[in-house]
Amino acid sequence: MAGTTPKPVLGADEIRRALSRIGHEILERTDGATEVVLLGIPTRGVPLARRLAARLSQTEGIEVPVGSLDITLYRDDLRLRPARTLGPTEVPESGIDGKVVILVDDVLYSGRTVRAALDALGDIGRPRAVQLAVLVDRGHRELPIRPDYVGKNLPTAKREEVRVHLTETDGQDCVLLQARQEVAG
Amino acid sequence: MNRHLISSADLTAADALAVLDTAEQLARLAERPIPKLPTLRGRTVVNLFYEDSTRTRISFEAAAKRLSADVINFSAKGSSVAKGESLKDTALTLQAMGADAVVIRHNASGAPHRLAEWVAGSVINAGDGTHEHPTQALLDAFTIRRRLHRLDGLRVAIVGDVLHSRVARSNVWLLHTLGAKVTLVAPPTLLPVAVNSWPCSVSYDFSSVLPRTDVVMMLRVQHERMSQAFFPSVREYSRRYGLDNDRMALLPDHAIVMHPGPMNRGVEIAADVADSPRSTIVEQVANGVSVRMAVLYLLLGGSGGGSGAVGTGSAGQPVLSPEVAR
Repeated sequence: MAGTTPKPVLGADEIRRALSRIGHEILERTDGATEVVLLGIPTRGVPLARRLAARLSQTEGIEVPVGSLDITLYRDDLRLRPARTLGPTEVPESGIDGKVVILVDDVLYSGRTVRAALDALGDIGRPRAVQLAVLVDRGHRELPIRPDYVGKNLPTAKREEVRVHLTETDGQDCVLLQARQEVAG
Repeated sequence: MNRHLISSADLTAADALAVLDTAEQLARLAERPIPKLPTLRGRTVVNLFYEDSTRTRISFEAAAKRLSADVINFSAKGSSVAKGESLKDTALTLQAMGADAVVIRHNASGAPHRLAEWVAGSVINAGDGTHEHPTQALLDAFTIRRRLHRLDGLRVAIVGDVLHSRVARSNVWLLHTLGAKVTLVAPPTLLPVAVNSWPCSVSYDFSSVLPRTDVVMMLRVQHERMSQAFFPSVREYSRRYGLDNDRMALLPDHAIVMHPGPMNRGVEIAADVADSPRSTIVEQVANGVSVRMAVLYLLLGGSGGGSGAVGTGSAGQPVLSPEVAR
């Protein structure tokens, strides 16, 4: 529906505050984040993970390893759509064995992406624990998965779509709620 | 059209770059403790080889297995083909077994094209007669890009038995599509008649081409396909068109030397050259697995290919151009 106007849900300031809060929560819950590795899920989880790392470095002066984890090859819906482009997977030099891995993504919806990410992690190493941080939790889970850190809980209808825009990928910071656009093709 | 990979002339620059970029990501995964991916679980890939091949068949098999596909190897020797079964009947058998992809090597040019009309799955050309060998061209392009970090504007010399070489044909088209300038260097007897309609230039003087070359791609002299005398003697061929140390010294410092293998050491390439740091011959083999994984993923990984997904509505979808992630 090209006619519906997207409704802004979070602005740049709110995103910044949400990430600050998540940063503090990570420090609290992981005893100062000394063993933490942040892995962003492409596309927009990666800049979010970097921002969280920067936040942790500002507040506590610690350097938390950041990487990215592409989950395309582990998806359970590959056969439903044409082959997708692969994103980068970059695991920090220090590895993930014995670490607390925090997966970072922009939107948590069905939980299938996170399920795929857990499978992908299993092929890279064996973390001591895996946690999940998301900017927006929009509900409608299809798997028994819950986030550990949430920027904003956003009740949505299934026919709606949550669009996260970040400066690094889209030129500005905001979260929009809009009617689902028909997928072309 | 792009449900299959028959010819590198069919590929657009976007298709080819999609394969190279996907291969780049897949190559990194190969360094992990567990290089296996679940992506093609439950899909069947048949390697249908009518001609002897070691590296290509093993490379396709390794690629399919790394993506968790089931692999059936079928070689013409010792099979029903030896009893006289036609390609069509073999194709129908594979079809009945539910092959999602058929990787075919055949001594007749055009066999993969015919096969594509008979099977519902994807057909991947692993070399047909003297026609094409598109995955070899893709892995060569991938190797060049990894070493020299670009393809656009590069000067590539393809040297030797162009007449019998499907590798040369596939490379000329692909490298042209990707913006490289190709020069074929060969004795006139080893050039095809229609070479002036190809998007490349031609030279008979190897030494004069070398100083203006970024990539030298040596071709194997295919004695097994030569029914007549194409050059007076192996020794004379080697003198004029072989790459030895003296000739290699004429190359610019950054230039690389490639060979699709198997090599005739001492004929088209001297042993010292083949083992020099400029040579990418071993890398080409390793890169072959990543590139073939990328091709299998792009053809079978989505809804476009495979008998299991036929009729799910993506007919005409250019499968090799992946959907851009949201």
